[in-house]
Amino acid sequence: MRFRPALLPVLLIACASSTDERTELILATTTSAYESGLLDTLIDQFRALTGIDVKPIAVGSGAALMMAQRGDADATLTHDPTAEARYVAAGHLVEGRRLMHNDFVLVGPAADPAGVASNTDAVEAMRRVATLGPFVSRGDGSGTESRELLLWQEAGVPVDSVKSRVETGQGMSATLYVANDQQAYTLVDRATWLTLRNRVDLVPLLEDGARLRNDYSVHLVNPELHPGTRVVPARRFLEFMVSPAAQQVIAEFGRERLGGQLFIPDALGE
Amino acid sequence: MHWVNDLTTALGEAWHLLLSGDAEVWAIILRTLAISLCATALAMVVGVPLGYGLARGRFPGRTLVLGMVNTAMGMPPVVVGLVVWLFFTRSGPFGGSGLLYTPQAMVLAQFLIATPLVIGFSAASIQSLPPALPDLLTSLGAGPWRRLWLLSREARLGLLAAVMAGFGAVISEVGASMTVGGNLRGSTRVLTTAIVTVTGRGEMATAIAYGLILLALAFTVTLILTFVQQRRDA
Repeated sequence: MRFRPALLPVLLIACASSTDERTELILATTTSAYESGLLDTLIDQFRALTGIDVKPIAVGSGAALMMAQRGDADATLTHDPTAEARYVAAGHLVEGRRLMHNDFVLVGPAADPAGVASNTDAVEAMRRVATLGPFVSRGDGSGTESRELLLWQEAGVPVDSVKSRVETGQGMSATLYVANDQQAYTLVDRATWLTLRNRVDLVPLLEDGARLRNDYSVHLVNPELHPGTRVVPARRFLEFMVSPAAQQVIAEFGRERLGGQLFIPDALGE
Repeated sequence: MHWVNDLTTALGEAWHLLLSGDAEVWAIILRTLAISLCATALAMVVGVPLGYGLARGRFPGRTLVLGMVNTAMGMPPVVVGLVVWLFFTRSGPFGGSGLLYTPQAMVLAQFLIATPLVIGFSAASIQSLPPALPDLLTSLGAGPWRRLWLLSREARLGLLAAVMAGFGAVISEVGASMTVGGNLRGSTRVLTTAIVTVTGRGEMATAIAYGLILLALAFTVTLILTFVQQRRDA
C-alpha cells in the first residue's frame, strides 16, 4: 500500500480524542480494595446506574493521600486513619465517610519458629517475631506498612533491630509471595489473605480483632483548595459507596467464592 | 508551577543523592551495573557465535529460526520474568534452588532478554560482510576461531551495536527485575524497580532523581562502547 501522508492528521486526531470530563472521575485507592476485585464490581454498578466512569489509580494509601494533596485525584479510598486525619486537618480532604473494615492477619510458616501462635496479643507476637525473623515488609508507604510500623513501635522494637526484615516496596500480593518463598512472617490484610491463601504455604498465626482492625474510609478532595476537583461526579460516587445497595455488595463480596467475608460494611444504618 | 518545582527539586536531589555518598543509593547503582553488565557479557558469549552460525550456516529452517530470533528481540521483559518466576517458584521445577529473589535470578532473566538482541544484531552485521571473506581467510590459513575473531573485528560496528542494544534493553527493563528479583531493599533493588517503589510512595522528586541517575549511567556505558566502536585505528 502506498503511504498516504494525508492520513496522518486523521490518525493523530483519533489518538488525541478523549472522553467527556464531566462523566468521569479519578479515585486514588489503596491496592487491597482494588486487587481483591471489589472496587471493579462497585465501579461497574455505579457506571450502570449513573453513566459516570470511575478511574481507579491503585497505589499505597500514602501515595493515594499525596495524590489528593496535589489535586491529582477527585476522591480517595484509603485505610490509614492516622494519616487521613492529618490530611483532613490540612484541609486537603473533606466529607470523609467510614466505608468498611476488616482486619490484618499475621501469617507465617506453619512451623512457627518464633512461637507466635501461642499469643493472643499482636504486640507480644511482633516482639517475638523481631527476635527471630525473617519478616517481609511492604516498605511502600501503604496503610499496611503504616500499621506494621505502629506495631513495632508499640512493641518497643526499633525497626532496624528486627531480625532479617526485608522490604519489597511492592503491593500486598507480591509481598505475600516473597514471604512465602522465604518462609517468612508478614502482615496481610484479610481481603488479600482470603484471595491468595490457597496459593501459599503460609498459615494464619494470629488474629487480634481489636488491635489489628483495618478501617477503610472514602474522602472527597477539597474543591476549595483544589479547584480542578470534579465535585459533582465524585460526590455522587461517595454517596453511592455508602448507599445500602453498595454496602450490601461489600458485605457479600467474595463470600461464596473464597469462603470468608473480605470486608464488613460500616455505613449501613447510619 | 508544581511540575517545574518537581523538576528542579529532582535535579537538586539527584546531585545530593550522588554527592552525599548515600550508601543505599550507591549500592543500588553498583548492583544495577553489576547485574546488567553480567547479563550482557553472558549474552555476548552465547549470542555472537549463535549469530555467526545463523548468518553463515545453511540448514533447513534457517529463515524460520531467524524469524523466531527477530520476534524474541521484541519479547516483553515482563513475560520473560514471569516464565523465569514460574520455573523458580517454590512449587516450580527448580523450586529447591533458592534462586528466586536473588541477583543471580535477575542476571538469568536479563540474559534471556539480551541474548536474542545480540544474536539478531550479530547475524545481521556478519551477513553484511562480503560473502567471500570467510573463504578468503581460510585460504590464508586461518583456523575456525581465528576466522571468527577476524570476522568479528570486521563486523565491529554491528557487534558493538549488539552490545549496546542488549545492555540498553536490560538496564532499562523493570518488569523482569521486579518479578524475579522481588525488589528487595538491600539485595535485589535496582534503579528501575527503585523508581517504581518511590513513585508508588508518591515521592516524585526522588523518582525523577533516580531516573536521571539511570539515564546518566546508561549514557556513560554506551558512550564508552561508542568510542570503542568508532575507533579508526583498529
